Amino acid sequence: MRPKLNTMNLHEYQGKDLLKSFGVEIQEGIVATTVEEAVAAAKQLKTDVTVIKAQIHAGGRGKGGGVKIAKNEADVREHAGNILGMMLKTPQTPGGLEGPGKLVSKILVAEDAYIGKFEDNKEYYVSILMDRGRKQNVIIYSTEGGMDIEKVAEETPELVHKEYIDPMLGIQSFQLRKVAFNLGLSGVAMKAMSKFIAKLYKAFVQSDSSMFEINPCLHTSDDRIVAVDCKVSLDDNALFRHADLAELRDTSEEDATEVEARSYGLNFVNLDGNVGCMVNGAGLAMATMDIIKLSGGEPANFLDVGGTADAARVEQAFRIILRDPAVKAILINIFGGIVRCDRVAQGVVDAYKNIGDIKVPIIVRLQGTNADIAKTIIDESGLEVHSATLLQEAADLVKKVIG
Amino acid sequence: MSVLVNKNSKIIVQGFTGKEGTFHAGQMIEYGTNVVGGVTPGKGGQTHLDKPVFNTVAEAVDKAGADTSIIFVPPRFAGDAVMEAADAGIKVIICITEGIPVQDMVKVKAYIKNKDCRLVGPNCPGVMTPGEAKVGIMPGFIHNPGRIGIVSRSGTLTYEAVDQVTKAGLGQSTCIGIGGDPIVGTTTKDAVELLMNDPDTDGIIMIGEIGGSMEADAAHWIKENGTKPVVGFIAGQTAPKGRTMGHAGAIVGGHADTAEAKMEIMEACGIHVVKSPAAIGATMANALKN
Repeated sequence: MRPKLNTMNLHEYQGKDLLKSFGVEIQEGIVATTVEEAVAAAKQLKTDVTVIKAQIHAGGRGKGGGVKIAKNEADVREHAGNILGMMLKTPQTPGGLEGPGKLVSKILVAEDAYIGKFEDNKEYYVSILMDRGRKQNVIIYSTEGGMDIEKVAEETPELVHKEYIDPMLGIQSFQLRKVAFNLGLSGVAMKAMSKFIAKLYKAFVQSDSSMFEINPCLHTSDDRIVAVDCKVSLDDNALFRHADLAELRDTSEEDATEVEARSYGLNFVNLDGNVGCMVNGAGLAMATMDIIKLSGGEPANFLDVGGTADAARVEQAFRIILRDPAVKAILINIFGGIVRCDRVAQGVVDAYKNIGDIKVPIIVRLQGTNADIAKTIIDESGLEVHSATLLQEAADLVKKVIG
Repeated sequence: MSVLVNKNSKIIVQGFTGKEGTFHAGQMIEYGTNVVGGVTPGKGGQTHLDKPVFNTVAEAVDKAGADTSIIFVPPRFAGDAVMEAADAGIKVIICITEGIPVQDMVKVKAYIKNKDCRLVGPNCPGVMTPGEAKVGIMPGFIHNPGRIGIVSRSGTLTYEAVDQVTKAGLGQSTCIGIGGDPIVGTTTKDAVELLMNDPDTDGIIMIGEIGGSMEADAAHWIKENGTKPVVGFIAGQTAPKGRTMGHAGAIVGGHADTAEAKMEIMEACGIHVVKSPAAIGATMANALKN
């Protein structure tokens, strides 16, 4: 978990629209939300054979039955009917293949990009991302497309190539040729691949993306290069430059409680444990989860209330944590720097009274600016709240109340 | 002595007259930090918090002799502000701004590579040398001048460590918040190296998080070059694995970025690794005795 999700994922069809707007050749398709729409879409496409693809934010869709080939209208009806509304399980959906899966509410009806015999077409792998170590963008590519690239990298690392791009100069022509030649291309296909990579890189930089993954990237038997699938993640921090892309956010793909929490300015992630927590700062929040575990509990959530832990936010945070019936105790851990602890304490007391009828024990640890005043406020409030000053004291109290 | 900032640093505030800049510059001055002025384009010639305002960093260097800058400029202009400071010859650039686009930082990092400057941050609480200079947003009063150096990727968790060190009867030489973004100017290893070479630092606390390889890189450096006790903590031992869409990140990042993997590497490199974040201060005090 990166507690603060700094990326926004796009659906395949949205990613393809983005690539196409930069001139990247894609497998064409039309989005459908009903079987009738799917049938109409299939008729509009140029190929007789079409591919019905579930649109969810997870890879490995084919493994869970989310990608099907339709040879005629009856097939389109059957597959669209089965896939729309299904709970699709893939290795990347929450809980993996054993989990509940993700509801499919949209499908992409796509044309058949493979020309002539299937085996006369060749599948490659291409991705672009920022390498944190080198602090440069890198193009990762391989002749082993359509497969699990992590496995390829592990078993046959010599088949995975990397091309680093100079941040000041951008991608150079020799680098485009190198990618194409390393993929074993020549003639028309070599030129097509060079153009494909150039446009793809331009799209990556100009959209402020944090990751592109094109798998498979298809070399057709008539020497064109086509993006058959694509995964696009955008940099959240750069969305101010891309109002059009920001609108593509699909909150139905995210946990409803997490989306709600975000609207209150809370950074919340739901977990399976029995001790809820409310903390200021992501690092301290993770450390607090760790200390809950060391005290014999399991964290029920990650929750960073941010820099302004006022009464309204504390109350919303309380309500969200209390919604989880598994929560047996709540640990509030605030280190006041700019945030004054007495204000947080008053917020806790007010929220407690507003909500009323809180049955789980609450441990409040306030440290930093005005911590002593805060402790007095908590202790004199008459509430069933345990207060602590040191982190170890808070840990001991957690052990006591859940033991 | 100390590292990065001290009582002789001549500090300017970029984004001086904005809300954040005004509040924190006020706190810094109150702490006794040597703030010599600030920069807000278009407001040059004015006076703010009794200090001169300049239009450009170059002017602040020229007229006020600035050698250190702290940046509170909003995300969309912050990358530009770092480059302006580097171009003007500022030696220590501390960028507090949270939310700078990654591709902006890729360019900034390349731009400052051959300049004679050090960037700390972005998205960090700043740098603190207790009793001398508070160049950041940390609460001053929890610090105590002393001989423990602290390096951390997070804000409030750094304050926690500082507080524990102070309560253990020790103090801090310099606390460096390196920031939590994918691209930071000063890495964990860079900061540890500065403190290891500081004659007035006796022990180092290194606080990391899950993700990336900065702590492992620092640990390997410490194994080869370490001369002082180092106490380490990695936040996120209980954090579940991320929801990913693709696999490309794993190829670049490797698999050694979990808390367990990092702690194992740190332990093997001779670092005193604590599992509990409540044990940081006491472990440091013990390590110094032995």
